[in-house]
Amino acid sequence: MLSVSNLSCVRADHTLFRGVGFDLAPGDCLHLEGGNGVGKTSLLRILAGFSPAAHGDVRWQGELLGSSACRLSQDLLYLGHQLALKEELNAVENLQASAAIAGTPAAADAALAALQGLGLGSRAALPVRVLSQGQKRRVALARLLLQTPPLWLLDEPFVALDGPAQRWVASLMEAHLARGGIVLFTSHQPVDIGGRSRSYRLGA
Amino acid sequence: MSAFMAVLQRDLRLALRRKGEVLTAVFFFVVVATLFPLAIGPEPETLRKIAPGILWVGAMLASLLSLGRLFAPDYQDGSLEQMALSQAPLPVLVAAKVTAHWLLSGLPLTLLSPLLALQFGLDAPTMGVLWLSLLVGTPLLSFIGAVGAALTLGVRGGEVLLSLLVLPLYIPALVFGSGAVEAQLSGLEYGAQMSILMAMLLLAGFFGPWACALALRIALE
Repeated sequence: MLSVSNLSCVRADHTLFRGVGFDLAPGDCLHLEGGNGVGKTSLLRILAGFSPAAHGDVRWQGELLGSSACRLSQDLLYLGHQLALKEELNAVENLQASAAIAGTPAAADAALAALQGLGLGSRAALPVRVLSQGQKRRVALARLLLQTPPLWLLDEPFVALDGPAQRWVASLMEAHLARGGIVLFTSHQPVDIGGRSRSYRLGA
Repeated sequence: MSAFMAVLQRDLRLALRRKGEVLTAVFFFVVVATLFPLAIGPEPETLRKIAPGILWVGAMLASLLSLGRLFAPDYQDGSLEQMALSQAPLPVLVAAKVTAHWLLSGLPLTLLSPLLALQFGLDAPTMGVLWLSLLVGTPLLSFIGAVGAALTLGVRGGEVLLSLLVLPLYIPALVFGSGAVEAQLSGLEYGAQMSILMAMLLLAGFFGPWACALALRIALE
């Protein structure tokens, strides 16, 4: 259970948002909307624990974010604008490295299977450097199959993806909700997550 | 522990795929150590006298050369964010990165140092002490340098700031490291300098990654 109350964010003397609040129970999906620069990414980064909020509380399973009892950073998967891929490594090595660094090591077979599910099986042995933008995103999103902590924070997961890949990501999110996970994502396009997502508009 | 090994393995593998970066530091050390005997002339007495200082300063500068790339690539591509979110503590992952840095810069320098010491006409026992002092000293340089690299991460003109920040912190290592070789050269006991060097390594190895982790979290804000 993630609850956010009266959250505000100030960047360089400029208030991005204030009074943001919502509760997300297991199985809930929130689509963060809003124009460019209203603070969608800043909100996700506050929730991920990277930057402090100016005001307000974030609670995860009842524990305040920032207190030693709060396990939020262990229980979340954060996918930002930066894909955290190493250009010199191939897709399988990248996936295995990121899974192991996150603390949930994955076998090469599992990583390869995840990539095949994304239609990247034939590209798995190539250095990520030579992949297209959309293919790189698919490699980064393949982590959703290997790491399944309860809370997913996805910043623009659909950007640069083609239609089938978008539907595939939406179905992954649906499956995550079905097993009691929580998803919070930003997107500028209308997305259907099995009719389970509600939207929250920032900066309105 | 598995996260430590994962970071170490990933960094070593990356270094193997772009050998140029690793070879630059080693080559720099070789060139610097070779220039001095050529410039100063062949008097064995003079060369022996300046050898410890030159080899140590060379190792120091070579270690500094690769520090700028310690955290910057991970910071730019978002890997650092993922490391900060790991189930493993961030200082442990930082320690893995520093270990990789030492294996790729400090260790090759240390292994090469006896060969370069030949140019200065050092005898075998002195070469041994030089080798030992670099073996203890180069990881110390990596740990101290990592703190500087973390503090200057994401700062504009960070590379210059990094050398201004780190070089003064290297002074104790330099004094006791070259001091140990000097002592052996003049027939004195070098145990004291070595013990101090080792004590500094233990302190830096323990507190360095922890300080790095704090600085990295500030850089990520």
